[in-house]
Amino acid sequence: MSEEKKTVLNVEDLTVAFNMYQKGAFKKTDLEVIHKLSIDVKEGEIVAVVGSSGSGKSLLAHSILHILPKNAKVGGKIEYCGKELDDKYVKELLGRDIAFIPQSVDYLDPLMHVDKQVIGVYGNKERQREVFDRYHLDERVDTLYPFQLSGGMARRVLISSAVMEEPKLIIADEPTPGLNVEMAMETLNNFRELADKGTAVLMITHDIDLAFEVADRIAVFYAGTVVEIASTLDFIMGRGFLRHPYSAAFVDALPQKKFKPIEGTQPYAGNLPSGCLFADRCPYRDDECAGEIPMRDLRGGKVRCVHAT
Amino acid sequence: MQLKAENISFRYTDDGPFVLKDITLEVNSGERVGIVAPSGYGKSTLAKILSGYRLPEEGKVLLDGKPLPMTGYCPVQMVYQHPEQAVNPRHRMDKILNEAWQPDDELLRKMGIEKSWLTRWPSELSGGELQRFCIARVLGPETKFLICDEITTMLDVITQAQIWHLLMEISEERNLGMMIITHNMSLAKRVCTRIVDLTKLNNVHSHTHTHIHDHEHGDEDHVH
Amino acid sequence: MSTHTHTHTDKKRFEFNRKTFVTMMVIFAVVYLVGVGIWGLFMDPESYAVNYDAKFVSPNFDHPFGTDFMGRDMFSRCIKALSNSLIIGVLASLFSSFIALFMGVASAVFGGWVDKFVNWCVDLCQGLPHLVLLILISFMLGKGVNGVTLAVIFTHWPSLTRIVRAEVMQVRSSQYVQAAYKMGKTKWQVAATHILPHVIPSYVIGLILLFPHAIMHEASVTFLGFGLPKEMPAIGVILSESMDYLATGKWWLAVFPGLMLLVAVVLFDVIGDNLKKLWNPQSGNE
Repeated sequence: MSEEKKTVLNVEDLTVAFNMYQKGAFKKTDLEVIHKLSIDVKEGEIVAVVGSSGSGKSLLAHSILHILPKNAKVGGKIEYCGKELDDKYVKELLGRDIAFIPQSVDYLDPLMHVDKQVIGVYGNKERQREVFDRYHLDERVDTLYPFQLSGGMARRVLISSAVMEEPKLIIADEPTPGLNVEMAMETLNNFRELADKGTAVLMITHDIDLAFEVADRIAVFYAGTVVEIASTLDFIMGRGFLRHPYSAAFVDALPQKKFKPIEGTQPYAGNLPSGCLFADRCPYRDDECAGEIPMRDLRGGKVRCVHAT
Repeated sequence: MQLKAENISFRYTDDGPFVLKDITLEVNSGERVGIVAPSGYGKSTLAKILSGYRLPEEGKVLLDGKPLPMTGYCPVQMVYQHPEQAVNPRHRMDKILNEAWQPDDELLRKMGIEKSWLTRWPSELSGGELQRFCIARVLGPETKFLICDEITTMLDVITQAQIWHLLMEISEERNLGMMIITHNMSLAKRVCTRIVDLTKLNNVHSHTHTHIHDHEHGDEDHVH
Repeated sequence: MSTHTHTHTDKKRFEFNRKTFVTMMVIFAVVYLVGVGIWGLFMDPESYAVNYDAKFVSPNFDHPFGTDFMGRDMFSRCIKALSNSLIIGVLASLFSSFIALFMGVASAVFGGWVDKFVNWCVDLCQGLPHLVLLILISFMLGKGVNGVTLAVIFTHWPSLTRIVRAEVMQVRSSQYVQAAYKMGKTKWQVAATHILPHVIPSYVIGLILLFPHAIMHEASVTFLGFGLPKEMPAIGVILSESMDYLATGKWWLAVFPGLMLLVAVVLFDVIGDNLKKLWNPQSGNE
């Protein structure tokens, strides 16, 4: 892991709020769902974002790609190769330099055969067949419409379209549910190959085993922000090597580790405490935790905690 | 008591490939049987058949030698993978919780359900909180067996550990029989008293495997 | 990327956003329509009595909409007519929607031959040209108020039946309904606690969007002479009478009643469409 690797994706202090009506009221309030999130992905690197589903992980992908719903307010900075990634720029890059693997087949055009969609503007038929073969999609699949695909097939079509070219950045939102073990491993190996050729991969998943398998670094998502980013090795080694008390609790709760839970629940959007989001469940809590907690560098990783050593 | 699947076979269409073939297994009260297999081996289908949501094409599901009742409260209850789909989004949590019976404060405390959650709507709770409600509402005194279909797959690992610890406690206290469906072997080893490998038990031919998979998803799409 | 940063809660009493605008539109439309309906209902028949001294007066301050060949004040007569049309239309739509609700729920809940039968009825009704069926039924029942009302009732349920059926089918296959059955709930309990509350929003919108159809069709059938009797103030009657005098330049006899009908129909659409926007979770937060 040399230092001179270029940062492909850099997200700094991303904040996303939804402007919503309260139940039965006529006034709109902002419901903050992502709070000052920072994450970066370098070339040739797979970064996994892990956390419970529904905690706002997908919104990170949607913010980067500018596909949030209309009532979302976005703050902070998103950069691609050092240049601000605005709405226009992302449309220019999407499909060639940036590939997105969405969670659902709804992102496909329902009125178009899947092979044509996968080939898109830049691809060709041979390459498409090659990729489909790799994902065990035979020729009959080429001329199917999206609604005719089963869950697993749809997932494989979506992955195929992302790896058609050699994109510089892949954003994968839960790429493997619905795939059998072999297909899931094939997908991960494919990501690894692309990463080894220089592609940056941001993989959003709730499956920690998956992250352990291929990721170079793991970002832990808690209550709408990233509390720690560290190398996968630190996570495998266990709590002593981690920085944030939540990451440590997270690893302790894994069935393959101690299977020991801490008490309490994650605070949810609209009800987030000021200061440290984990404070109410943290054994090291003190007055300092009530202030704004910045993300800081620590032992080759990053952490959002004032007490971490 | 014993819940028994006897030579169960199932397929989604009359001429389609079998998803389950000749499955025989039993769960006794107080047992926590893990069914472990990767996706595509008909785990969810088996769960639906054992809890009476679907009828097998061949074979029988027997509770102490008698078939499951078709009406009234079913002594075999199922908890789903996606709690947000298993509750009516238009009902408040207290209504959802009390749909079948009135759990007492003691159970709510044990389940980690806070009183203030009862007046909220499902959209105002997280998946882990909702799942606690989904479990509590089927723990009525008539429930003898609980089928858990990947119930913590979508939750974070801390909530997962919390829920399993209390389910293990309750199953021992009440001598409840449980069937735990999961793809996660390390989880199964932690919580189950016995583990069954469905890939060995299910007698469908391996070359039909991808079809099974596709059909299972086709079916799930209908349900959504 | 937009650079607004987060969380500022408005402390203002009143906020002008899409929700308040849409709500105001709905309130305005409801007030107008209910107002016209009630005004007409309690109107003194003297205000549109025959007065041969004032035949064919063109619009002025005393008679904003002019008078007709019998010297009746067209403004009062229009209000009364529109009120009649509204009341008949609303009544007919209501009964029609009850049929739709019953058929839609029954077809989805019981399935099997009930479903087949309901679909057959829907296809049968939708297969025939709407107006022809209306005229046929109204004529068969001896025209008049009863004829036209029943004709509208019996021809307007199919599209709403389809909507209700689809909604019920969707909620019926949901996990929470299946779970309710396993928790020992009967079909009727499930219908009352889960299915009806899910169907009601689409049903109400469907019902509101049915009003303009019913009113238009009632007016059309009456215009063609198969509906309300000549002596009753009705938009259809007024319009068909005006046809005789249009060529002689009595433009006000057709224009004002026509406009009144048009405005009423558009306002119903405004209510239905805006409620749809408010209740739809996708557009509800804009």
